[in-house]
Amino acid sequence: MTIITVILTIFILAILIGYEVIGKVPSTLHTPLMSGANSIHGVVLVGVILSASALEGPLNYILIFIAAFFGAMNIVGGYAISDRMLNMFKNKTKDESK
Amino acid sequence: MELINTIWFLYLTSAVCFVAGLHFMNNPKTARKGNFISMFGMLLACLVACWQTSLNNKANFDKFSFLVLFLGIGLGAATGASLAKQVKMTQMPQLVSLFNMVGGGAAAIIALNDFYGLKQINLITIIASFLGIIIGSITFTGSFIASAKLHGKIPSGVIDFAGRIVIIIILIVAILISLTSINSENLIHISWLIAGFSAIIGILFTLAIGGADMPVVISVLNAFTGLAVAMSGFIIYNPVMVIAGAIVGSAGCILSILMSRAMNRKLIKIMLGGFGQKAGDNSNSSILSQNIRTTTADDLALRLAYANDVIIIPGFGLAQAGAAGEIAQLDNELTKKGVNVKYAIHPVAGRMPGHMNILLAEANINYDKMLELEAANTAFPLADIALVVGANDVTNPAARKSGSAISGMPILNVDQAKDITVIKRGSGLGFAGIENLLYSDEKTTMLYGDAKKALSETVESLSEL
Repeated sequence: MTIITVILTIFILAILIGYEVIGKVPSTLHTPLMSGANSIHGVVLVGVILSASALEGPLNYILIFIAAFFGAMNIVGGYAISDRMLNMFKNKTKDESK
Repeated sequence: MELINTIWFLYLTSAVCFVAGLHFMNNPKTARKGNFISMFGMLLACLVACWQTSLNNKANFDKFSFLVLFLGIGLGAATGASLAKQVKMTQMPQLVSLFNMVGGGAAAIIALNDFYGLKQINLITIIASFLGIIIGSITFTGSFIASAKLHGKIPSGVIDFAGRIVIIIILIVAILISLTSINSENLIHISWLIAGFSAIIGILFTLAIGGADMPVVISVLNAFTGLAVAMSGFIIYNPVMVIAGAIVGSAGCILSILMSRAMNRKLIKIMLGGFGQKAGDNSNSSILSQNIRTTTADDLALRLAYANDVIIIPGFGLAQAGAAGEIAQLDNELTKKGVNVKYAIHPVAGRMPGHMNILLAEANINYDKMLELEAANTAFPLADIALVVGANDVTNPAARKSGSAISGMPILNVDQAKDITVIKRGSGLGFAGIENLLYSDEKTTMLYGDAKKALSETVESLSEL
């Protein structure tokens, strides 16, 4: 069994997990959820970091720079905006219990 | 060998954090915790990636590449943080679209870049690389157009022209031909060519999609980005990228399907575009004005004050007028007078599903008051007044009859309330371009005007009562 078979298995199972995790969420939370999923695809930065080990030539450096910029923007922006949104929901519960 | 096991295990841990994080997001009370867990997973994954890279590079450590990398990360993080801080909640969809753009772009770049250093070539890696390039490029330009449309930089209506679909098909054929002519020498050139073709497809496909369908498109592009990331993960055998990408991919697909179902549209038809108002076409001012009664803010205030149960139906018009704050004031005044106020929120109210909930939450309205479609429909027959603010098609009883453009669409049964008032900017038609039977209902009165102004007048006269 090669590593690619393992990765393919992981891929298929993860698709099913995504389906299960999202399917039951009330529509009230769809926007934060979309934003949450949105920040998770910032994991592309992992790929950028790993690719930075095999750089040859100026084009390579430029590409990695842009990709790193994009990936980091996706992660930080995505989590920050999700938190801002979810914080609004949380404050209300506190106010009420006072 | 030991180390790579540790690395793999740590990647797995961060993937578990992502799943747990999303799981906690299915309840408003735990959602913020979920976001933190997911954030922790992301930090872990990035640190492990740095560690793995430094291990790979031990022999000839390239300081310059790390400098370039961290410069990019630093600038990107700063940009992302300031965007997230400044953006208004009504602009959320644009921002999500922007993050799709950068995510897809980064995935495409990794796929392109890895051809330069590709050591072992096998079929699955090649397929994954090209899928990463194609999906990533489509997402990059498509999300850019979507974001620009929502931001009003380019007209938000349908921009369609004869032969658009034909051009897209030609481009797809061109991609397929390029793929068959690959050999080890032209690999890099062909991959750039394919990235270019895909980028044009991305532009053409989003241009023709009307403003109201945009949320669905953003969700689809979100799924695309996830898939592109997963494909990039295949190339470098990285488990966390594959898992996270696949989860985002399938989550985005389900959300898109749920959304298009709530609009009673087929996802595939939305993607083909062309539905809704043409850009620059404002000829939506024809409505049969027979049997329509109008009312004033004072009258509305009086009726609201003496009601027991009021249900407010907020729509995109409310968000557009920036009147969420006025709704909250109205809510406060009414609650003071002992009126029970609830909100009926259609799944596609606002610009994204759940967007309206966010806008109301921002105005300090408790989410316990927000009813989803089914709960709202059981509550309407008991409501003394239903107040529709800037919502149109989702309240049209014509959807329950056959033979209209929105037949079968799940709607809020506003017409079952005892008394109905609609605050509306003008007498125009809704997005579906059909007359709203609710307006000519004998229980309905119309209050024409800007939602913000109409509501603040109502609040004013309410406080004087």
